[in-house]
Amino acid sequence: MSPAIGAALDRVDGRAKVTGAARYSGEISLPNLSHAVLVGARIPSGRIIGIDCREAMVADGVLAVLTHLDLDRVAATPKLFPSLAGLTAHGQSFFPMQDDVVHYAGQPVAIVLADTLERAEHAATLVQVTYAETPSVTLLDAGRDRAYEPEKIFGGLVPGRNPTRGDPEAALRDAELNLDLTYRFAVNHQNPLEPSTTTAAWDDNDRLTVYDSTQGPTATQLSVAELLGLPPINVRVVSHYVGGSFGAKALIWPHVTLAALAARRIGRPVRLALSRDQMFHSCGHREEQEQRIRIGAGRDGRLTALTHDKISLTSHFDDWAETSLESAAIAYASPTYAGGYRLVRGNIITPTFTRGPGEATGMFALESAMDELAYLTGIDPLELRLRNHADNDPDTGKPWSSKGLKECYQRGAELFGWSDRDPEPGTRRDGQWLIGTGMATAAYPVAAPISPQRARARMYGDGSAVVEAGISEFGTGALTAMTQVAADGLGLPVHRVRFVGGTTDLPNIAAAVGSAGSGATSSAVHLACVQLRDQLIRHAVADQGSPLHGADPDTVVVRDGRMCRRDSPEVGETYHELLDRNHMPDVEALGTWMPVLPMGSDHAMHTFGAQFAEVAVDADLGRIRVRRLVGVFAPGRVLNRKTAHSQLMGGMLWGLGQALLEATRMDPHTGRYANENLADYLVPVNADAPDVTIETIEVPDSVVNPLGVKGVGEIGIVGTSAAIANAVHHATGRRIRELPITLEHLL
Amino acid sequence: MRPVSYSRVADVATAIGTVAADPGSAFLAGGTTEVDLQRIHVSRSRRLVDINDLPLRQIEELPGGGVRIGALARMSDVAQALPIRRRFPMISQALLLGASPQLRNMASIGGNLMQRVRCGYFRDVVAPCNKREPRTGCSALHGVNRGHAVLGTSEHCIATHPSDVGVAFMALDAVVLTQGPGGQRQIAIDDFYLVPGDRPDREHPLAHGELVVAIEVPPTPMASTSLYLKVRDRESYEFALASAAVAISLHDGTIDDVRLALGGIATKPWRARRAESVLTGAPATPETFTSAAEAELADAIGHGMNDFKIELARRTVVRALRMVTGDPQLHDGMAEGLLSEDGSGPADGSGPADGSGS
Repeated sequence: MSPAIGAALDRVDGRAKVTGAARYSGEISLPNLSHAVLVGARIPSGRIIGIDCREAMVADGVLAVLTHLDLDRVAATPKLFPSLAGLTAHGQSFFPMQDDVVHYAGQPVAIVLADTLERAEHAATLVQVTYAETPSVTLLDAGRDRAYEPEKIFGGLVPGRNPTRGDPEAALRDAELNLDLTYRFAVNHQNPLEPSTTTAAWDDNDRLTVYDSTQGPTATQLSVAELLGLPPINVRVVSHYVGGSFGAKALIWPHVTLAALAARRIGRPVRLALSRDQMFHSCGHREEQEQRIRIGAGRDGRLTALTHDKISLTSHFDDWAETSLESAAIAYASPTYAGGYRLVRGNIITPTFTRGPGEATGMFALESAMDELAYLTGIDPLELRLRNHADNDPDTGKPWSSKGLKECYQRGAELFGWSDRDPEPGTRRDGQWLIGTGMATAAYPVAAPISPQRARARMYGDGSAVVEAGISEFGTGALTAMTQVAADGLGLPVHRVRFVGGTTDLPNIAAAVGSAGSGATSSAVHLACVQLRDQLIRHAVADQGSPLHGADPDTVVVRDGRMCRRDSPEVGETYHELLDRNHMPDVEALGTWMPVLPMGSDHAMHTFGAQFAEVAVDADLGRIRVRRLVGVFAPGRVLNRKTAHSQLMGGMLWGLGQALLEATRMDPHTGRYANENLADYLVPVNADAPDVTIETIEVPDSVVNPLGVKGVGEIGIVGTSAAIANAVHHATGRRIRELPITLEHLL
Repeated sequence: MRPVSYSRVADVATAIGTVAADPGSAFLAGGTTEVDLQRIHVSRSRRLVDINDLPLRQIEELPGGGVRIGALARMSDVAQALPIRRRFPMISQALLLGASPQLRNMASIGGNLMQRVRCGYFRDVVAPCNKREPRTGCSALHGVNRGHAVLGTSEHCIATHPSDVGVAFMALDAVVLTQGPGGQRQIAIDDFYLVPGDRPDREHPLAHGELVVAIEVPPTPMASTSLYLKVRDRESYEFALASAAVAISLHDGTIDDVRLALGGIATKPWRARRAESVLTGAPATPETFTSAAEAELADAIGHGMNDFKIELARRTVVRALRMVTGDPQLHDGMAEGLLSEDGSGPADGSGPADGSGS
């Protein structure tokens, strides 16, 4: 029996998804279901001075119109905290509809409930809100003079300044070569296919069931329970299928609790589905930001100094910045380093995770600057990176738990055909197309939850097993990969194992964020299954009726559901035979994994990769077309080759979007985004997708978690945009230090 | 969405009579824009009169080489119709570079002519917009206006006309046939589209209840080698930043006759008459093309984010003219959107095989 882990197993839920049998949170049918539609503030700052609900109240089918005047108060002030911690995980430290103050456009000011969605949508347009508007800040430039240095960012988990190494200012002064470059980034939104949706139903005993599109059922449970003032035992969350998230559903935003409050008020189950435009102001975004990189280097290309500073727009409630500096700080062996965050408060919802949260922007800045250094020194960009390779973590000096970056460079260069590259910019033509190539390093930290991660394995008398953990499947392939992990742990073929997730009734796993979901869940699942297997083996060797009686348990292995002696495989019996003989209907084991925290480890933990891009730029019209992308990554152990490659490809294509298309445009006059729809917020379509080649280098890692899984959720997007921008420079000779790069930059 | 009553009619007279009798009513054809606008409360019709059963789907060749397209013919049907592909490839290309296959299968050609602008402020019911609510102001003038027009604008409106195929019709001097309470009319395409001036809410000279029944394209022999060039940020499913429909007749390297219309940059499909007059009788050289482009864009006005469109439009004109005159230095192996004979896109798959965005 060959191992299931790593195989390109088809998705176990594929059939349910393509036939429509998979039920998402907006497809839960309940008796008496009513529909809630949020009314959002149309101003970015001010007070509500009147709400006239009379017309809406009498519209057909309307059950209630709730405003700050009559909505129940929440039991606690939410506190932003990343869901990786496994605790409450509010998206921002503010809950709307508790008073008359408007902090950002789109902030909910009323909830309309009706018997059908269409009637609720109509009545929502009849709610007349009058405001006293006050001046607002919605762009970074408008508040730049009031920037401040936060003590901590990212919900208090990350210091506002990175640890400084040496004296970078002195090193910059002494450097043979200096670069001082500034990069600007548009606001990005996650745009999952399924808008966030919550269906909330109360029973007669003040117990609530929440069907929620979430990256973490427990995060929803604890957050909603806290705001409602209920013990967690009164809140059950169900989340079997989620239609993508990319960070939009990593934290718990107000609409989830608003649905529960509304359902309690009208005494009926309530479905609240955000509309596509509401998704642009209801669950965070990648913030507008600017990053400055200064590099000091010798003529040999070796870095002597690196500074990296970021200024970005956050909300009035939270010191949020995506962590743009951390991976860039350790990507190369610069002996001196300094970096920090500055924030500007604005009238926006608190920004949040967006795929590659921080690394996708920070590594764009660093890798663009490294390309400039390559041209300044005349050193091949790949050779330059090798010269600055960090053999150990440059911050702590600790060895890497695993790295594999040099292998990624080498394999990527082979696949791409990098070695015969002519470095001269603007010299290769194909008709009117200017052709260029570029590369970049990808880096993403290996994160882990800080709480124990649990899974349960149960074997039935027939030798089949169900393995459970409270995760949601939001498109990553987790159900499939965990089936493979369970099969190998138990020594069963995959068709004899069913993995079940999707509710808070199951053993607790933290939200799957920060590319940590596969590591956390696979650890718990593996430990549960190995424990159950060992339990059964111990049972067999102690059972006088077993052919394995008296054997040393350490010498017993399991293949295809049959326990046998490693040295004499003919001696053994199946799980079924053991259980049947002993009249045991089932056996269970709970697996608990206590994650290794980076600060407590002797190793530094990071995932690396190498990205290569070829672009064609229309010499006259400025159009940019990506012709090829090659990505080689070293994400530790790959659980399912097919779903892992899909994740990496999705990341790389998103990197293409970040590079060339994606921008949410704020209109400072209205204080609202001007393109809150998918016709005007451009993401790549199939016709934009180039030839994409992906390979993984499997680096063994015995530190990060039991199976050595480092995760593939985000590393694919990191570096893609820089490789493309570097290729645009190679094609045209033009350096664009702004994302997205659009044709007006190149006319 | 607002409560709306719906009825389905089977003949043109009933359709016109029903809509004419109720000022709050509108015709409903493919519905690909109208239903959206109803849902976001930009259109506020109380009654929709479904005209999809009317016998207006035919595509007929006319004696002399013209073609008559029934108003309810679907975009996809028009794009694939043999007389269109043979005689007027620019029409076929413009259609296939617009929207998505699903939308093209629903959207009618008459509805395409009548489609509303994509200006974000027009579609955002709480923003001031002279087109949606006269005399409330134009938010786009100082707002997010990267996609907005640089020609045909006024201080009251700078919204770009979104149609691709309208640009081809404009180049070909198409005629819009209508029928209404006042009888039948033939409206030259250039008169069918109004520039905003001080009445951006008026986009067409149609009376309430007047129905587009067909579009006639007159014989244009040189159009058999015409093309439509569309420039946009992504390869499919996006409106043009700039586009050009061009047909040309050359004799010994001199331009005998030319038709040129521009899209994506003006408040209506824009006939480039100044450029045509520079081109006619001149040698077909890049220098001539550049002069023509400069003449056409001489009065263009940018509003900040869309300033680049003036230069982009010039270059698009030059590129389209180079393409249609067979400039050997051009390589159209990718991304030009030129279609092979079966209309399925370049064979190497590098182009917009399912072409798509108006």
